[in-house]
Amino acid sequence: MAVYEGPVQQLIDELGRLPGIGPKSAQRIAFHLLKAAPEDAKRLARAIVEAKERVSWCRRCYNLAEGELCAFCRDERRDPHVLCIVEEPRDIVAIERTGEYRGRYHVLQGAISPIEGVGPEQLRIKELLARLPEEGVTEVILATNPNIEGEATAMYLARLLKPLGVRVTRIASGLPVGGDLEYADEVTLGRALEGRHEL
Amino acid sequence: MRRWWVRGDRSGCRGGPAATELHWCHMSRLYRDEGVVLRTIKLGEADRIVTLLTQGHGRVRAVAKGIRKTTSKFGARLEPASRVALQCHRGRELDVVTQVETIEAHRVLREDYGLLTRAVPMLEAVDQVAPEREPAPALYRMLTGALRTLAQRRSPVVTPAFFWKLCSLEGFHPLLDACARCGTPAPEPGPDDGADPRALVAFDLDEGGTVCRSCARGGGRPCSPGALALLGRILGGGLNAALAEPPGPAVHEVEQLAVRALEHHVERRLRSAALL
Ligand SMILES: [Zn+2]
Ligand SMILES: [Zn+2]
Repeated sequence: MAVYEGPVQQLIDELGRLPGIGPKSAQRIAFHLLKAAPEDAKRLARAIVEAKERVSWCRRCYNLAEGELCAFCRDERRDPHVLCIVEEPRDIVAIERTGEYRGRYHVLQGAISPIEGVGPEQLRIKELLARLPEEGVTEVILATNPNIEGEATAMYLARLLKPLGVRVTRIASGLPVGGDLEYADEVTLGRALEGRHEL
Repeated sequence: MRRWWVRGDRSGCRGGPAATELHWCHMSRLYRDEGVVLRTIKLGEADRIVTLLTQGHGRVRAVAKGIRKTTSKFGARLEPASRVALQCHRGRELDVVTQVETIEAHRVLREDYGLLTRAVPMLEAVDQVAPEREPAPALYRMLTGALRTLAQRRSPVVTPAFFWKLCSLEGFHPLLDACARCGTPAPEPGPDDGADPRALVAFDLDEGGTVCRSCARGGGRPCSPGALALLGRILGGGLNAALAEPPGPAVHEVEQLAVRALEHHVERRLRSAALL
C-alpha cells in the first residue's frame, strides 16, 4: 500500500524487497537515509553500484569473483584434483578460516529443499558434473550444511557422483570442540559415535 | 533454575476454563507439549521459525533462538520429522521455544534421500491442513504413526496412504465401488475384456470417486485395476497388506492420485510432491 509520495515510497518499496526487511524496517531505513548527510547516502549508493558492476559469479566455481575467475580458481598453488562443494560463497569463507583446505571449491548456490520445491535442477550441479572430467577431479568433499536441506543435497550428490568413479566424502558431524558431552543432542552425539576414529 | 517438563504433568497450570484440555500455563505463559516438527525457516542471523504439530495445541509456530549456531543448546533436535517434548513461551504471533527434548529423532528419515522425499510431503500436507493453536489429536496420532511406519517399513505406500487417510479425516471419502457420476455399481470382479461399460476405469476428483467406462469419456484420470484395488485396500481396512506392496506402477498411480486428491481438497499445490 503506497502511503508516501513518489521517491520516498519508491525507496521504501525497494528496501522492503530485501531479504529479512519487513515494511516497518523498510520505512525506518528509508527515513534514516533521508535524514543522513547526502554524502553518506551517496557512498552507499556507489558501493551498491560498484559491487554490482565489478562482482559477478566465477564462471568455473560460482563463487563471487571480480572478473572471470575467483581468487581460488586463479591460485595455481591450489590442488585442482580436490573439490569442496558448498551451498553459498560465505561457506568458503568459513572453510578458509580453518586453514586446513588446499583444494578448490564449487558453489551450488543453494540446497535441495523438498518443502520449498527446490530441486537439484535449480542448483549448479550440471556445471559441477562438467568440471569433473575437465579438471581431472579425484575427490569431491560434500560440505553442505548439516541440516535437512544440506543433508538432502549431500545424499543426492553422493548418489550421482559415486558411479562416476570419484572419491566422494562428507564432512564429519560431531560435537563442537570446547563443549560438554552432556549437552549434546542425541542426533549429533549419535553421529559423533558413528564417526569415531582410532587413536 | 527452570522447571523441566514431566510428561502428563499439568501442575502449575491454573488458567481459565480451557486450562485443562489445552494445559496452558496462564500464570507464566509457559506451556509444555509434545509435537512433530513440520518445517523450519531461517529467521534473521541465527534463528529459525519452527512449525510443529503439537498434541495439545495443534499447529504452533515458535522461534528457536540461536539454533543455527553450532553451539546451540537445541542442536539437531528441531529438524523436520523429529518428535520432541518442548516447552514454549507463548507470544502474540510466534511462541518462543525455551526447552526441547527428543522423543523420536527419526534420523533415518533425514539421512536417506528416498525416505526424506516421502516424509516431507506428509509434513507439508499437515502444515497446510492443521488449524493453528487448535488441538487436532486424530491428526497428531496419524502423523506420528505414519512417520514411524515409514522409518520402520520404508514402504512407498505410506505417503499415499497417509494422504488418502488425511482426505478422509477432512471429510472427503472417495466412492470406490460404484460410478460416482451415474451411480452404476461396479461389475463382479473378474477379467475386464475392455468392453464392459460398467467397469470402473477412471477416477474423477470433482465427482469424488471412481467413474465407469461410459462416464469416463466425460472426464477423469484413467486408473488401472491394480491401482483401484490398492486404493480399496488402503481405505477399506487393508492398510497393513497394502504396505507390503512393492514399488511399481500401481503404487505410483495411487501416489499421484493421492497428491491430486489432497491438492484438490486443500486447494493448494503440494510443493514437495514434485520430488516424489
Ligand atoms: Zn572460482
Ligand atoms: Zn457411470
